Amino acid sequence: MNTLERAAAGPRKNAPRRRRPGRRGAFFRGRLLHIWTWLVIAWLFLPIAVMILFGFNDTRGRYNQTWQGFTLRWYGELFAISDLTVALVNSLLIALLTMLIAGVLGTLIGLALGRYRFRGSGLMKLVMFAAISCAEIIMGASLLSMFVTLAVPLGFWTIVISHVMFSVSFVAVTVRARVMVVDRSIEEAARDLGASSWETFRLVTFPMIFPGVLAGSLLAFALSIDDFVITNFVSGGTVTFPLWIYGATRVGIPPQVNVMGTLIFAVGVLIAVLNAFGGRRGGT
Amino acid sequence: MKGSRLRAALTPYLLILPGGLWLAIFFVVPMIVMLSLSLQSGNIVDGFAFTWNWRNYLDGIANHHDQMIRSIGYGLAATVITIVVGFPVAYWIAFRGGRRKNMYLLLLLMPFLVSFVLRTISWQFFLADDGVLLGPLKRIGLLPEDFHILATGTAVVLGLAYNFLPFMVLPIYVALERIDPRILEAAADLYANRVQTFLRVVLPLSLPGVFAGVLMTFVPACSDYVNASILGGASNTMIGNVIQNQYLVTQDYPVAAALSFTLMAVLLIGIFAYARALGSEEVLEVTAR
Repeated sequence: MNTLERAAAGPRKNAPRRRRPGRRGAFFRGRLLHIWTWLVIAWLFLPIAVMILFGFNDTRGRYNQTWQGFTLRWYGELFAISDLTVALVNSLLIALLTMLIAGVLGTLIGLALGRYRFRGSGLMKLVMFAAISCAEIIMGASLLSMFVTLAVPLGFWTIVISHVMFSVSFVAVTVRARVMVVDRSIEEAARDLGASSWETFRLVTFPMIFPGVLAGSLLAFALSIDDFVITNFVSGGTVTFPLWIYGATRVGIPPQVNVMGTLIFAVGVLIAVLNAFGGRRGGT
Repeated sequence: MKGSRLRAALTPYLLILPGGLWLAIFFVVPMIVMLSLSLQSGNIVDGFAFTWNWRNYLDGIANHHDQMIRSIGYGLAATVITIVVGFPVAYWIAFRGGRRKNMYLLLLLMPFLVSFVLRTISWQFFLADDGVLLGPLKRIGLLPEDFHILATGTAVVLGLAYNFLPFMVLPIYVALERIDPRILEAAADLYANRVQTFLRVVLPLSLPGVFAGVLMTFVPACSDYVNASILGGASNTMIGNVIQNQYLVTQDYPVAAALSFTLMAVLLIGIFAYARALGSEEVLEVTAR
């Protein structure tokens, strides 16, 4: 199991409680670390808070730099900038396609690696490890090298292809982690009770590995919608949400960007919280 | 019977075929194409031809070694900061998080639901010369009028550290979480004090996590160009800025490809040197498994 899988598998259950530190020094050190943890969390949230706050700023035009007063106007005029809206729609479509394609391909790889021992599995794992740890700029540059050499027109589909490429390994790793903890005897029981292999997969195996498939697919969606570096190389004339924002840094970021960022953040938080909550209920 | 056994033997190959092909065609093949491109000569108008043109590498290194060295320096600095900042956090969550472990992990990851570019721009906005932070401090005279954070190496390194912090915290957390509390109790029973327990038990057991964290932080930090171009100035450009510019603006593909390969080689050498210094194929194995 590698680190990603372990992170996906969550903390170990039933870990024995640690002894409470009895001495004063240890108590203060625990306190200090606690405060430190919260300071780091505050540091992480600082730019997010600024982003959310300035989505409510009653600013004139695109120069959204100083606080002018509270307004909800930008939520009403969210889609007033048509090319920004196009970019957001592109990003969502690409992320959705990536989620579906990488979700299926990654699940199949995860099943193969988690369930079967076969010649070549080491090579597959090596390629996936390389794809996960490879610098994004190298992947972007090499993809562009190939597309240019073969005169492939750049645009929407080259972005989808690239996104599936870099996210499929993450899905596979997540699904494999789930496959390895599933109890195989349940499948054997299904076979003993006369289920065909397809029925066993559809009615027993897939529901059991579904949390892994879902987590992997959501990860693919998140990786895709956030990607800037690789997309920048292979996008041609197509503009995605991160590309649009990056292009707008020189002329000023309109408050609509803050609002869209806030809404994406809110949806993400909602899914994450529901997932954590649902996971806890499922676990007990 | 024989047919079904054959099918069973083929199943894993059929399962990995589509995804494996996708990775082969769009990950492995492009690397080979880029390697070939880096040895070509010509220009965008007349086209390129393969000529074993090693000069691309020499030219690339001769003209851009400043950015290359700066990238490694910034990447190292950002990685060290993420370890110093992140290790205590991972330690606290793993050993003292109790039932709230998942909540703390969620809190650490939540900011990363906002786009990478948008987060970086938000920092630019926050740290602007007369922005939310520096503006008031300058007005009350705590800072001189020409003080600035943006367009400095510090801003770029802090931006990198900010953006890649979770990649350091999560693997360290996972490594610490796996430590059996009985080992720590055994250390205490053998009269190790807390410092000794930490240095001789916890720290060595956390090293695979630190290694994975370094791998996942150092590589993207060195090759990043978004932080350098948003938070840095003309004197803070990194090798990523050069590669990006050569590919997308000047379209000098062979030199750009040569620079990409040089960067990859430098990163690989760095990682293997680091793995050797830790004294371990074992560490590599643990991360790769």
